[in-house]
Amino acid sequence: MDATVWLPVLVLGLPFASFVLLAVVAPLRRAGRAAGAVSIAAIAAAFLGAVLVWSVGFTREATWTWIPADDGPTATVGVLVDPLANAMLVLVTLVSLLVQIYSLAYLHDERPPSLGRYYTFQSLFAFSMLGLVLSPSFIQMFVFWELVGLCSYLLIGYWYARPTAARAAVKAFWITKLGDLGFVIGIVMLWAATDTFEFRVLFALAQEHALAIEGLGTIMFLIYLGAVGKSAQFPLHVWLPDAMEGPTPVSALIHAATMVTAGVFMVTRAQPLFALVPDVLALIGWVGAFTALLAATMACVESDIKRVLAYSTVSQLGYMMAAAGAGAPDAGFLHLLTHGLFKALLFLGAGAVIHAVGTNDIFRMGGLFRAMPQTGVVFIVGTLALAGFPPLAGFFSKEAILAGVWEADMTGPFLMLALTVLLTAFYMFRVVFLTFFGRAPAAGHPHDPSWTMRAPLWVLAALTVLVGLRLALGDVGAHHGPGWLAPLSVAAALGGIALAWATYQRGVVDPGGLAATFPFSVVDLLARRRYGLDTLYAGLYRGFLLSFSRLIGWIDRYLVDGVLNFLSAWTLRGGDLLRHIQSGHAQDYVYGVAFGVLLLFVWSQWWPR
Amino acid sequence: MTVPVLSLITWSPFAGALLIMFTARYRPLAVRLIAVATTGVSMVGALWLYAVYDRDAAGFQFYEKVPLVPPLGISYELGVDGISLLLVLLTAVIIFAGVFASWTVTVRSQEFYALLLALVTGVFGVFVALDLFVFFLFYELAVLPMYLLIGVWGSSGEIRPRGIFAWAYRETGVGTKEYAAMKLTLYLLFGSAFILVGIFALYVNAGASSFSFVDLEGVSFAPAVQRWVFLAFYVGFGVLAGIWPLHTWSPDGHASAPTAVSMLHAGVLMKLGAYGVVRLGMGLLPSGAVELAWLMGTIACVNIVYGALSAMAQTDLKYVIAYSSVSHMGIVMLGAATLTETGLNGSVFQMFAHGVMTGLFFALVGLVYEKAHSREIGKMGGFGAVMPGIATAFTMGSLSSLGLPATAGFIAELLTFLGAWRSDHRWWLFPAVAGTFLTAVYVLRVAKQIFWGPPSPHFQHLEDARGPEWVALVLLVTVLVLFGMVPGLAIAPVDTATLPLLARIVGF
Repeated sequence: MDATVWLPVLVLGLPFASFVLLAVVAPLRRAGRAAGAVSIAAIAAAFLGAVLVWSVGFTREATWTWIPADDGPTATVGVLVDPLANAMLVLVTLVSLLVQIYSLAYLHDERPPSLGRYYTFQSLFAFSMLGLVLSPSFIQMFVFWELVGLCSYLLIGYWYARPTAARAAVKAFWITKLGDLGFVIGIVMLWAATDTFEFRVLFALAQEHALAIEGLGTIMFLIYLGAVGKSAQFPLHVWLPDAMEGPTPVSALIHAATMVTAGVFMVTRAQPLFALVPDVLALIGWVGAFTALLAATMACVESDIKRVLAYSTVSQLGYMMAAAGAGAPDAGFLHLLTHGLFKALLFLGAGAVIHAVGTNDIFRMGGLFRAMPQTGVVFIVGTLALAGFPPLAGFFSKEAILAGVWEADMTGPFLMLALTVLLTAFYMFRVVFLTFFGRAPAAGHPHDPSWTMRAPLWVLAALTVLVGLRLALGDVGAHHGPGWLAPLSVAAALGGIALAWATYQRGVVDPGGLAATFPFSVVDLLARRRYGLDTLYAGLYRGFLLSFSRLIGWIDRYLVDGVLNFLSAWTLRGGDLLRHIQSGHAQDYVYGVAFGVLLLFVWSQWWPR
Repeated sequence: MTVPVLSLITWSPFAGALLIMFTARYRPLAVRLIAVATTGVSMVGALWLYAVYDRDAAGFQFYEKVPLVPPLGISYELGVDGISLLLVLLTAVIIFAGVFASWTVTVRSQEFYALLLALVTGVFGVFVALDLFVFFLFYELAVLPMYLLIGVWGSSGEIRPRGIFAWAYRETGVGTKEYAAMKLTLYLLFGSAFILVGIFALYVNAGASSFSFVDLEGVSFAPAVQRWVFLAFYVGFGVLAGIWPLHTWSPDGHASAPTAVSMLHAGVLMKLGAYGVVRLGMGLLPSGAVELAWLMGTIACVNIVYGALSAMAQTDLKYVIAYSSVSHMGIVMLGAATLTETGLNGSVFQMFAHGVMTGLFFALVGLVYEKAHSREIGKMGGFGAVMPGIATAFTMGSLSSLGLPATAGFIAELLTFLGAWRSDHRWWLFPAVAGTFLTAVYVLRVAKQIFWGPPSPHFQHLEDARGPEWVALVLLVTVLVLFGMVPGLAIAPVDTATLPLLARIVGF
């Protein structure tokens, strides 16, 4: 095994080793901060390894048998290192590292055993996410796909004693599992047709036009369903806002920067296969753009700072998917990377704010810029990046997506995405103005957090700027749209900011009045009700699934089992009745015999022959 | 002379039972130590068997034969192939864990352990016997002690029929442990009748000279014989495997049985049924299997979905787990019905995975019941804070149950799915996959209800698992994860048995 193999395996193995150590050695886990130190050390080492792999920049694949079978393995596991995986490796390890450091301060009030549990799950998550990124086959991707889903479930439910957290955790698991049903059926069908799960073989087949499987469109659609669940695309996006019940660093890592992008990563990875089915690609594009717009409207009416960011994540994931659907997966992937940086920054910044003021409600915050200037600066950097301002990182990636969608002649999605640019700037600056500016509520003395929380914020802010500058200088984003595109999108963003400023800073526009005028009133009404989707799912769950299960349970107990109980009850009853024949009185028996003889006589005389 | 290791594994618990009855009267600790020692011998034997089993050779290994009744062709004939190897290992693990999990049985613990160990000998015997007559004797030995174990040491549920049903079934005592014990025993004996008829039909049709599996395997029976005898085996063994609609003994039986007995019954005895269908049904009657695969697979799909939905409807924790067995046994039967290599491997893998998983579940439910004195899910809540170890193990079991990767349940389900889509009835894939979602709904719902949420003031005094109980939990969780991460551990030996089996089936 040479360095090109063992180095990625080591990057993968370090968080795993940390997980096993923390899971097995209970005293270490219960020590809390020591567990954190172990986990951070492991992820830091993995980060260095990832940077090394990325800077050398090789491409390598190695697989081993996982599920053996007589004629070649049914499934293999291994590592696939290529530019796509390299970039993800660095992003995942970097954000994990920063989030784990940040968590030490953010969760310092937790009981040590709980903190140990937190870091055990964090290590497991880092391992699972890296395993997903390095997957050389659909099956390994699915394995780690489910494992990151598990970590998400466990970490959303970190405060398991809270009923809302418990509910959000299972909701996230169920909704994503619904998409995963499609994923698993898809890869099973693909395996049955091609005898392999491996990307290399499948891509080779696709290249040789040898993948003319009947129903490939269906298969790829089913696989895409997995991404719909995981990357919170309409209509399965409902779990992500609820997932904000987890600790804020978890939201930053899992529900913004890494795990939720797994769906985008998968579609990008399997691009050669999706390219064979243009109908599915078009669907991906439309759904992505629609998701982006829909989530942005919900972000505009949300008052919980974390949920605004969650809807914004859904919206940005829609952008990435739209790019993949438009045949510009590299643009979507670039946005995945830049979004990972600035959205983690925004979440961690929001965490610092929540930590300082003790509430999630933006209408109960205000004037925080003076109290926590450092947090304010980095948060505004993140906001500008998200809104798509040059030369920050978000500008170039969003630009590339818009260009890609425009060039694919998808006018509908393009218009939706362009409108979303305006909305994005609006709802983000709404948060900024309400939180950091304006009048401060009287209570409390908020202040900037300790350096363990500040350092990750500054690192992410610096990277957001630096990556943006790098993109401005280099020619990385391959998609240059028409010349009017960049001015248009900057103008849209400026319009959004101006609107937010006029509404929430100057008070020129009354938000209530704005929301009451047509056509905003309709959108406002629907968005506040989350377009009825949560209600729909809850109704399906309670009204259909649970009722139906009760019906089946009743049938089982009273009909299927009832036949048996009926038989046994009547056997007992019948025996009880027949028992009386054996009365013990001789005359009864004589009557019986006489009656029998009579019957025989009658029968022998009159029975027709 | 070589050590007759199969006999050692099989009879060691029986020797333990005798020792307990004759030497350990009124010495509870001695009872437990004897039980640990004798099942430990079986465990070590099974591990040794597993280690030295030749994974490159097909056919039966560790063969033993002693003629018993030569004129009738009955002999004490033992041997294992890959399938029985894995199931012997499963039995050894479950009973070893079961001995620890029932450490706290106080009432008549001497008789309890003696019966339990006698029963285990029956189970081992079924898996290693190659003579159908001896096979049947062991089979009955495995079934009958259950009546006493449930009837004496069991617990009655709180659910009783209501309204008109209360009147209609008033004599049966539905819901009590006595009812459950009687129902289980009668039902399984009803199944045995079919098996006995089937065995004799084969014996007579093959010339009435031998009960040996190896001899009968060489005979090709007429298609009509194959069809009807396969059906008899399917129904007979299917009762024990919990096939719909003959499954209703299982929720009552498992819910009423004491901890170790439910572990053993749901974990291992249900596999006797599936094993019987695969070994005798498919092994001896290949064309019958091909002819009736559609029936097996379709009913298996009903099992999966119906069992999961029924589990969702339950309010009694033990019933939830019991119905989940009905659902998961569907995966076992479905994998076998696909008649493909992956499907059959998945079936055997699921026998193992479900055995360990449900053993773990029943051990945990036993612990929770013992501490909280309730099985009603609605009354529990917030146990995670007071019993984190049990909560963790329960979560692990749940995850394997819903087929999460890196647990044994995933491998089994994946292989079954792959087999289903390659079989002649592709649509089987959809109910099977839907079952995993339904499982996720009910297990996580139950886990949330019991372990999550605010800690209830009623249950502040509860304790986590202790001493011997940990042995059971750690052992089972480890096996579950180990086989999920390294599936080759099971598949390499199993493949040596499924391939020849399949070759015979496809030959027809």
